[in-house]
Amino acid sequence: MTRFILTRLALLVPVLLGVTIIVFVVMWLVPGDPATSILGTFATPENLAKVRSELGLNEAMPVRYAIWLTGVLHGDLGQSYILHRPVLDELLDRLVPTLLLAGASLALCSVVGILLGIVAAIRQNAWPDRVITLVVLLGVSTPSFWLGMLLILWFAVRFAWLPAGGMQDMFGPGGPGEIARHLILPTLALAAVPAAVLVRLTRTAMLEVMRQDYVRTARAKGLREGRVILRHAFLNALVNVVPIIGIEAGYVLGGAVYIESVFQWPGIGRMLVNAISTRDIILVQGGVLIVAAAYVVINLLTDIAQGVLDPRIRNA
Amino acid sequence: MSGAQGIAVPLAPTPASRPSSAGVWRRFMRSGMAVAGAGLLLVVVALVLAAPFLPLSDPDRTDILHRMARPLTTGHLLGTDELGRDLLSRVIWGTRLSLLVGVVAATLSSLIGSALGVVAAYYGRAVDTLVMRGVDMLMAFPYLLLALAIVAALGPSLGHAMLAIIIVNVPFFARAVRGATVSLRQSDFIAAARLMGQSNLRIIATELLPNVLPVVVVTASTSVGWMILETAGLSFLGLGAQPPVADLGGMLGSARNLINVAPHVAAVPGLAILLIAIGVNLVGDGVRDALDPRLRAGGLARISAVTEVAPDRPMPAQPPSDALLSVRSLRTEFRSGGQVWRAVNDVSFEVRAGEAVGLVGESGSGKTVTALSIAGLVASPPGRIAGGSIRFKGQELIGAPLAALQDIRGNRVAYMFQDPLTTLNPLLTIGQQISETVRRHQGLGPRAAMAQAVTLLEQVGITDPAQRARSFPHELSGGQRQRVGAAIALANSPDLIVADEPTTALDVTTQARVLALMNEQRHRLGAALVFISHDMGVIAELCDRVHVMYAGSIVESGRVADVLSRPAHPYTIRLLACVPRPGQARREVEPIPGLPPATNALPPGCAFAPRCDLAIAACSAGAIPMVAVGQEHAARCVRTRDALQEAAA
Repeated sequence: MTRFILTRLALLVPVLLGVTIIVFVVMWLVPGDPATSILGTFATPENLAKVRSELGLNEAMPVRYAIWLTGVLHGDLGQSYILHRPVLDELLDRLVPTLLLAGASLALCSVVGILLGIVAAIRQNAWPDRVITLVVLLGVSTPSFWLGMLLILWFAVRFAWLPAGGMQDMFGPGGPGEIARHLILPTLALAAVPAAVLVRLTRTAMLEVMRQDYVRTARAKGLREGRVILRHAFLNALVNVVPIIGIEAGYVLGGAVYIESVFQWPGIGRMLVNAISTRDIILVQGGVLIVAAAYVVINLLTDIAQGVLDPRIRNA
Repeated sequence: MSGAQGIAVPLAPTPASRPSSAGVWRRFMRSGMAVAGAGLLLVVVALVLAAPFLPLSDPDRTDILHRMARPLTTGHLLGTDELGRDLLSRVIWGTRLSLLVGVVAATLSSLIGSALGVVAAYYGRAVDTLVMRGVDMLMAFPYLLLALAIVAALGPSLGHAMLAIIIVNVPFFARAVRGATVSLRQSDFIAAARLMGQSNLRIIATELLPNVLPVVVVTASTSVGWMILETAGLSFLGLGAQPPVADLGGMLGSARNLINVAPHVAAVPGLAILLIAIGVNLVGDGVRDALDPRLRAGGLARISAVTEVAPDRPMPAQPPSDALLSVRSLRTEFRSGGQVWRAVNDVSFEVRAGEAVGLVGESGSGKTVTALSIAGLVASPPGRIAGGSIRFKGQELIGAPLAALQDIRGNRVAYMFQDPLTTLNPLLTIGQQISETVRRHQGLGPRAAMAQAVTLLEQVGITDPAQRARSFPHELSGGQRQRVGAAIALANSPDLIVADEPTTALDVTTQARVLALMNEQRHRLGAALVFISHDMGVIAELCDRVHVMYAGSIVESGRVADVLSRPAHPYTIRLLACVPRPGQARREVEPIPGLPPATNALPPGCAFAPRCDLAIAACSAGAIPMVAVGQEHAARCVRTRDALQEAAA
């Protein structure tokens, strides 16, 4: 098991390097001169030249990448010229709210998606399956940002049960209760689509596993259906569902951009949208990089979870 | 298909390597939901195509005096937005734009992605590595985030948003198409085309592309909905379509701040996206199901805990005997696509306490289905017991409550299956898999049950059993796994062991050792045995009596020695001729010409008649009874009957 985890950790290095390359290349596509966009069109040539050499803009692209990567590895993600503070500081302030929202949504969609998927599979073609299939169809067809607006309309405006958003200070006097109240609606909006996807895939995985010979063996041993389904079928289905949870983590981290905008959640997503509109490219670069890194780490965790479940994977 | 092992009927009509377009169309039309989705989309498409000709007001004409008018206001069927623009007109034009963007994005990303996938798979090596590592790198990102980064770099506009959506979707197509192509690349027809000197481009265009097209279509039809939603999302954030032009996402974005005062401004475009996405998803599911009937989301039927029993089944005329197991007129059939395969067709036999009975026949003869029918383990659907009676220790098993069957399974009647790699659970240790049946039937605690599992492993000849109990199935050799299968069968000292070709996958020496051991343990427990095999030699070694099966029926029964020395049915004679014998190494093994009939179209009379060189017209005239040819020896053959009558006359 230790060797399995170490191998996975080692495989992380090229993936993370690839992520930095893509982030760098995409930002390199930015049209125009970064120095001009930082200083404005009326900057003096001397100032422009100074900023250019500060940013290493005069170097060849691989050299610039090496300089940038060295900075990243030392925790230097650059300076936001709009906010006038280090990108890393801004990101760290906003990382916790985003991880909280994404984590809560991922947990909710995993639990609900897997449970409903199992129910749909073992009640295949009966009414629970049909109801679930219909809800799933609505789930995968509803834009999350629209669902967020509907939730605000009903639960914040009409019934005034929960706040419409505007979580300001994660560490303010309200405490965990206040955070939880603000977290409920955005979590629901963000979890709906991945939950629907997970229901579908869990259902299919269960139905496939239930046809396997070892399920027949379990039944031939006289085991009760509950045990056959949970210990023999579900455990095997889970091996195929866990990587899907990893993929849904990607959806949740990306979708957080919409949901944070709708609910004014103080996370990286909303920061990215603001940064794009102010052309604060360095901040965008840092934000994309840190979220992508979080995604890579989550996928590492699902890889490890798969190895814990399946001895064939961890011994491979 | 692993669940249908040993059953020679296909679970579904076997699809040709390339599905016929007529078949695809028929399957698509059969799905009501898919047709409803297609209808919905057709209406939407017709509406947006007709938009320039409809009596709609200019979608961009503002009218501040009538801003945020409610739906059903005169002149504004769906009301107006915050600038007094007509919502009906805006939603139709917005839908037009969103659909256009979605279709263009899906087309381009599928083209680019498929091209990359085909090229990577066809050329392999460095090209493959380069393309697929690039794909991996792109897929290491949450894809919405990547799209956002691309738009951030290029600047907000609908074109850039679409480009971003195309780029982030290319990896999905590349990966799916590469997978499909890799499996084709090694196939014979590609090698043939290469040998014929066809150019790479031509092979790709004429041999590969048509075969991977279904994969492309399925991926495209399931992702076009996502692409529409994703582009709408970028517009929603103000990164896509720029005012005054608005797609549905842009409309939602500007309605966001009106949610308190005029919720309908957000409701109208939101519902439009929902309807389009529902339509696209329904059609996408329908296309996927139609192109790949084996992967149908709804087509994987759940196998129930016990074989379905026909409620109006005929009861056997003959009363059951007092043997340990008495099977009378058993009929088990498989229903699929309007066809009925009669896998077991009026089979009767019995097993006395402690006795070993063999069922022998070619694959597809119904021997496995007969064995699985005993404890109701035939996969259902599509299997179903259509008639007959199975009495075990006097208790009727057909139609018995599930709980009663579960008390018998693994306890009084235990199974030992073929190929223990697929019949053992890969995620549980063998100790767990043995001890759980002990716990279930002997009510022992976990520790005591595990101790017993270790004892059982020792009894079946596993060295270092305490250590081995902690191993997983894949860590054992084939012979060891089959010993574990024997340990599970023996765990609760059953009265009857049903062994379904348990050693077929093993080499001859291991086979002999495992069989000898199983037989020794069986004798120690005094358990009876039903042994299924296609191998007369193995049956001869283990069994007291044998039943020869052909096309779902028993054609000859008798004591093993009698059947071997005086086979009475022409099929048995031919079957024995197939067995190479020691000391007769130079004797030719004679295969039986022809194939057994499909059990969904059994000929009247003797099913073997078409392959039999003794057949006469009477063989195909009607049902043929078993005729006694000796003591406890009978055969189902017209010619045998005639020969006996001649001898008597």
